[in-house]
Amino acid sequence: MFSFRPLEPIGQGARIALGIAFFVLFFAAWGIATFGGFVPKTFLADPMTMVQDGWLLLTKFGFAADIGVTVWRVVGGFVLAALIAVPLGVLMGAYKPIEALLEPMVSFARYLPASAFVPLLILWAGIGETQKLLVIFIGSVFQIILMVAVTVGNTRRDLVEAAYTLGSTSGGVVKRVLIPSSAPDIAEILRLVLGWAWTYVIVAELIGSSSGIGHMIIESQALMATGQIIFGIIIIGLIGLVSDFLFKMINRRFFAWRLA
Amino acid sequence: MSEPVQLRVEGVGRIFPSVSGRPPVTALQPTDLAIAKNDFITLLGPSGCGKSTLLRIVAGLDRPTSGRVLLDGKVVAGPGPDRGMVFQSYTLFPWLTVAENIAFGLRERGVPEKERTPIITEYIAKVGLKGFENHLPKQLSGGMQQRTAIARALANDPEILLLDEPFGALDNQTRGLMQELLLGIWERERKTVIFVTHDIEEAVFMASRVLVMSARPGRIKADVPVDLPHPRHYTIKTSPEFSRLKAMLTEEIRAEAVLAAAEH
Repeated sequence: MFSFRPLEPIGQGARIALGIAFFVLFFAAWGIATFGGFVPKTFLADPMTMVQDGWLLLTKFGFAADIGVTVWRVVGGFVLAALIAVPLGVLMGAYKPIEALLEPMVSFARYLPASAFVPLLILWAGIGETQKLLVIFIGSVFQIILMVAVTVGNTRRDLVEAAYTLGSTSGGVVKRVLIPSSAPDIAEILRLVLGWAWTYVIVAELIGSSSGIGHMIIESQALMATGQIIFGIIIIGLIGLVSDFLFKMINRRFFAWRLA
Repeated sequence: MSEPVQLRVEGVGRIFPSVSGRPPVTALQPTDLAIAKNDFITLLGPSGCGKSTLLRIVAGLDRPTSGRVLLDGKVVAGPGPDRGMVFQSYTLFPWLTVAENIAFGLRERGVPEKERTPIITEYIAKVGLKGFENHLPKQLSGGMQQRTAIARALANDPEILLLDEPFGALDNQTRGLMQELLLGIWERERKTVIFVTHDIEEAVFMASRVLVMSARPGRIKADVPVDLPHPRHYTIKTSPEFSRLKAMLTEEIRAEAVLAAAEH
């Protein structure tokens, strides 16, 4: 039915069926483990309890507002980081002296774990929204700068040379060759880093927060409500899936020239 | 030669510095050259003979280690719109349509849109791409991409047109058609052209003057005028005079190719 020769393509129907099949298998295994009594209820809720807990969260405990707050933090911190990092990355990629100036510092900073900054940021910025945005900002900004710089630096040399022989100035080459040719990759970088930003926001919300998905999860832990925790995690996964899909769709529309 | 000298190459040489302990490579020995206005020159030689290096120095994309290049009496210091270039690799901007690619140089020089439009229409017609104005480069064949690249360079109205093996990646039939197209444009408009190639037939068919280059270190070995009448039709490729020139250049090149092969 399926060919297992390397790199052999697969039909659209079979692809979807296989993708769904794994989810079914996963829930089946989870159901057998919990309903079959192999795992104590206090450690792992069964899928039905998870759905019921989720429904309760949404209808009785205003979980929708928590989801909204978390999404707002991710998007806010991420947009701030992108606004600063993309131009800096472009400058670094285009102009080697700027790269020489900033690259060592940024390379160092990108390995500083954003989660380790949480206690420090609470001291500096309190436990308000500023602190949450800063965690995401610190987690994303250096990654974006470096990846954008590499992408811009790898622009095809022959395109740059062609532009010069057509009369482009240095600024013209940056604006009308480096940026447009890197734009699809920059969009891909942003999609990737947005995924990471979701990790940082939950970490920020686990400590010193009174709202958000992470806050719900840490409260549920105190109540041993594993169903709620799992529901929260699944919601994060779903939002990630949707935002990834939207990003991909937008990229495909804007950068049709890149597609074969 | 009735026309005045437009491009002067004075003692231009290029030595690539040593890499990881290996001795430096002399890509081009100090070379002198005078090219008359509206002449069609082909630079013919085996690969690695420095012909592309010489062309890139004229374009300002590479710097000579010695000597200088003068265009209309002014020293060339870097690339500029007065020397249009067509590369062997496909260098159309992939995010721009055919029309936008051809308009690129005009836009960079601040020509207003109202003046750009008729120029673009004119050059699209000249290279036979009517109906493809809004196509993206990836939707075009290799030959069409190179025609667009020629139109893009010419629309900018350069003093001199430089072509670096522009048809090298095309199949034989397409290459023949492209040669006729470019030669037809040159016969009508007259422009100074330097055309780099390793194809002897191409060199003779296109040129009014063939410069043969020798390999390692690169230098100009022979300067052969081609007095075949214009306009040239592809059938000229079977004429006795064409065959004579081809045979002569084959001998010149063969000695170089044997030498170059012995080095590897």
